[in-house]
Amino acid sequence: MSDTLYYIFSVLLSLGVLYGIRLMSKVKTAALGNRVSALCMLAAAAITLMRTDLSGSLPYIITGLAGGSLVSLLMTARAKMIQMPQIVGLLNGLGGLASLLAALLTVSSGAARSAFELTTSALALAVGTLTFSGSLVAAGKLHGQLPQKPLVYPGHSALTVFAALVMVALITLLPLSAHGNSLLLSLLLILAGLIFGWLFAIRVGGADMPITISLLNSTSGVAAAIAGMALGDILLVAVGGIVGASGLLLTQIMCRSMNRSLGSVIFGGSVHPAASPAATASLVRNPLSQASESGAAAQDEPIRPEGQHCETLCEDSASGGTAATPVPADAPAWLEKAQSVIIVPGYGMAISQAQEKVKLLLDTLQAAGKQVRFAIHPVAGRMPGHMNVLLAEVDIPYDLLCEMEDINRDFPSTDLAIVIGANDVINPAANTAQGTPIYGMPILNVSQAKRVIICNYDKKPGYAGVDNPLYEGGQHVLLLLGDAKDSLDVLLSNK
Amino acid sequence: MSMEIILIVVFVAATLLGYKLINAVPSLLHTPLMSGMNALSGITLLGIIAVTALSDSVAGKLAGLVGIIAATINVVAGFGVTDRMLRMFRGEQQHKENGQ
Repeated sequence: MSDTLYYIFSVLLSLGVLYGIRLMSKVKTAALGNRVSALCMLAAAAITLMRTDLSGSLPYIITGLAGGSLVSLLMTARAKMIQMPQIVGLLNGLGGLASLLAALLTVSSGAARSAFELTTSALALAVGTLTFSGSLVAAGKLHGQLPQKPLVYPGHSALTVFAALVMVALITLLPLSAHGNSLLLSLLLILAGLIFGWLFAIRVGGADMPITISLLNSTSGVAAAIAGMALGDILLVAVGGIVGASGLLLTQIMCRSMNRSLGSVIFGGSVHPAASPAATASLVRNPLSQASESGAAAQDEPIRPEGQHCETLCEDSASGGTAATPVPADAPAWLEKAQSVIIVPGYGMAISQAQEKVKLLLDTLQAAGKQVRFAIHPVAGRMPGHMNVLLAEVDIPYDLLCEMEDINRDFPSTDLAIVIGANDVINPAANTAQGTPIYGMPILNVSQAKRVIICNYDKKPGYAGVDNPLYEGGQHVLLLLGDAKDSLDVLLSNK
Repeated sequence: MSMEIILIVVFVAATLLGYKLINAVPSLLHTPLMSGMNALSGITLLGIIAVTALSDSVAGKLAGLVGIIAATINVVAGFGVTDRMLRMFRGEQQHKENGQ
């Protein structure tokens, strides 16, 4: 096949992939879009097999393709939605491994000769390797084989920077060295990359996981694109670039939703000791002001200090005028009275596997003629969009799943907000507690609902380590502590 | 224009176009988007096939074999799980049609 013909195919297939992505912007056409992309990939692989002289390595290539496909079919059939984050992490790592091996073989076989080819090979080697080790560590953490908590070694940041500098030095050296040394330099570069990936991923925990997974997704695309430059394969460069961009975009969205900078995720400096929200609350903005600033809600609501805010709401909503603190036994009655309900799921729902119960709750409430919607925080769960997938799995219609910006304005007019295993993303301290890690992070304003039921495992602060003032209760907040499944049983008990 | 320049231009153009299109995907679909993109990153399969065909040592071919298996799993399982996920997303309308 001539190069010109291959360029034409490359352009067509790249456009096909882009069209597939375009279809993914609507739920109705998303599955089709994914298939269009998959078909383009299949065509690309077929074209590559046709234009490459396979004679010497045919058995290896066939075995690889057949073996990989077989494993994939098993994986696809067995994958559970709850495991999606670690599956994506694992697959990402495999992509990194393939890019790293492609780059290594390009260097060792002597296919890369020009400075451009050698430099891009070295870069692909580095990015592929750190994608590989970082993704496997992330997947191991998500799967519970490695500690979920951030692990910080003595001098961790210095070591990370040192590993990065060693990588840069080796990437610079590789194109300058004689061919005889290039294999040794490549192996050293792989070692440095493995260490960097490990150091980077091992210190990430809990809520920073979505950012890490998106970032590694981006680097796996970049690795493929750079490997494509080393090999002069235009299709690899185009598709790798698209993937790199998508990962970067998702990383940005996640960082923005968590009020974190990318640098602080990579080089640490993550969780600061939390200042008590109560101590700082008086100094700073109150929960409503941020909503007003973002134009989302409550323009006509007077600005009130936090404590007062709670009391006022309690007066508004405490029908019957009983002053007693609500007890779990009140929960079904609260449910009964509410006409509009917003359910806020978090990672706790996933851990408890309470999605089926949530669906049951939805059915019960809808059967009673109530309006029910779900409020999804962009970083709830362990990867972007995690909650949506879990809820879709139990047949909850996606029309009911609302994004934070769209639903935040509706909390003040909502009778009841039910929080299921979410903490940091509903913590009003994000608006008030200056100096804490979550300060300034956009949250779901559940505290503005007339009544709130919180089904969390305990009253411990979430991943960010900031106490949640909602747990101090008040007449409009009811805490159901313990496993979310049991708490939902309490809610459903007299139905 | 030399090949190097063309490759870099293609990279930049693909990145910008991809960025623009992906921005339109709602956060509802971010997990499938991500796993779909992840599957696409297995495009490196083309590269590893090409270098495996070139390599003349057994060690090189074995490394290629490992790479091909890894990339194939990345692509096929990636698209597979994405497809499974996307088929779960159903709206209220579809639920009614299915008698649920």
